[in-house]
Amino acid sequence: MAQELFVSKTSELADGDRKIVPNGNYEIGVYRVNGELFAYQNVCPHQGGPACEGLLMAKVEEVIAEDKTYQGMTFNHDEMHIVCPWHGWEFDLATGDMVADRKFRLKKYDVVEKEDSIYVTV
Amino acid sequence: MEIPTDHLNKMSIEEFDTSKLLINAARQRDQRKLQDELIIDVDCHHYENESMSEIVEFIEDPVLRRTAQVYSGAGTGANNPFMIGSPGSQDVAGRITRYPLRKMDPTPEDGRHRDIHLSLKWMNALGVDYAMLFPGPMLLLGLHPVPEYEVAMSRAYNRWLTECVLAEEPRLKTMLYLPFNDPEAAYKTVQDFGDATGVAGFMIVSTRYKPVYDNEYMKTYSLIEEMGKPLSFHASFSWNDRLLGNTNRFLVTHALGFTIYNAVHLCNWIINGLPERFPKLNVMWIESGLAWIPWLMQRLDNDYRMRSSEAPLLKRLPSEYMSEMFFSSQPMEMPHDLDVLEMTFKMINAETQLCWSSDYPHWDMDLPSVIWDLPFLNDQQRRNILGENARRLFNLDVSDRFPNHPSTA
Repeated sequence: MAQELFVSKTSELADGDRKIVPNGNYEIGVYRVNGELFAYQNVCPHQGGPACEGLLMAKVEEVIAEDKTYQGMTFNHDEMHIVCPWHGWEFDLATGDMVADRKFRLKKYDVVEKEDSIYVTV
Repeated sequence: MEIPTDHLNKMSIEEFDTSKLLINAARQRDQRKLQDELIIDVDCHHYENESMSEIVEFIEDPVLRRTAQVYSGAGTGANNPFMIGSPGSQDVAGRITRYPLRKMDPTPEDGRHRDIHLSLKWMNALGVDYAMLFPGPMLLLGLHPVPEYEVAMSRAYNRWLTECVLAEEPRLKTMLYLPFNDPEAAYKTVQDFGDATGVAGFMIVSTRYKPVYDNEYMKTYSLIEEMGKPLSFHASFSWNDRLLGNTNRFLVTHALGFTIYNAVHLCNWIINGLPERFPKLNVMWIESGLAWIPWLMQRLDNDYRMRSSEAPLLKRLPSEYMSEMFFSSQPMEMPHDLDVLEMTFKMINAETQLCWSSDYPHWDMDLPSVIWDLPFLNDQQRRNILGENARRLFNLDVSDRFPNHPSTA
């Protein structure tokens, strides 16, 4: 049966912040980025690393000109990636999909914000 | 510590502890009851460069020692004449956070070397009983243009490692670094250190430009064979290599570099008939993963059938010699179709020849679960690969960790 797990007061999770909360034998990483909340189990589907304890980084993209020539690389802040600190597997913050191989994904949780608190549905 | 996450922003990290980083590994260990299993890691690392001021004191040549003291201390702002670097970003440009954060990792101030404490932290988390410890940056020392420097530094490292680390912690062993660019010095290393505490075998860094078939090495192979210890080839990479210098992404430099040097040495080893000349010498190939082995088995067999006059010492197919060699598992490729991996295991006789390795703390490390969880292995096979194959290869006394192990009777 679904339960609501208290994460923090709304004021304690500013934009760009992350909080990791215990949930049974594992943890859940809760993010607020560009005003949106996201929550994932802190277990990488690769070898089990604590994915949510890694860096949160913008997607890296190549700049290719119309004539197909390479013009360098850039960050795309519209797609943020959770980077597992064990091996560097990267996951789309919005979906939890592993960006290099979408057969893998982080376990996603619903996040709700009510009154002045944030909860994850577990 | 602050780590840049893009060109504008940084992420602030207050603390780092390997035991906390590896909590999920410890959970895997407990779920699988791995603490009840003998687990031997045949390839892990420490960062000897962080102990360089201690190591250089063991350099015997007074002039070279003084030079090394200068560069390992305050430095001069110039390059270190002893270390050969290569461009690269093993830590995926800071994404593997244990690299930049390692210096924050707390260890007890009890007189034992910090590298012992750091090693035991991850070994305990993973459930590893014994580990073969190898250097890090020194894996590029075989590219030094002057053999004298490789000899001086490796001899100092070997003395420091055996006296200050291995002698103090029985769970840590090594296959000792051989200064292969100087055949006489390599021979002397085997002579001088063969019986040293914790020396379970000998290791040649494969990233170098010396052929293993050179007559100058035969007495060294003979001596190691006589000692009954294995000889290993540890892979590495060099972005300065002319061939690998054609790659512009480290992904490719790494994927090819960590296989191609071992591939060349393995081909030379077999086609020159060294398995026939040294039939009792066990050879292990380290840190090239597994996928390259079926490729070479098929490639060499195919060419040998057409050109056997170029390999007259061989009495069997190259793949048959390869199936009697030992291989470390990491970084073990994990295809979606596990039939591919199962066939690889079958081709290399994994049940007796494959030895699990973590390569911890490096970026592409493997946990014991990569072997333990394979659905096509039975219990005995996974126990062999995780520990028993290595125990037999190294004739390792495991009585301190497993007093009732059959080998201790």
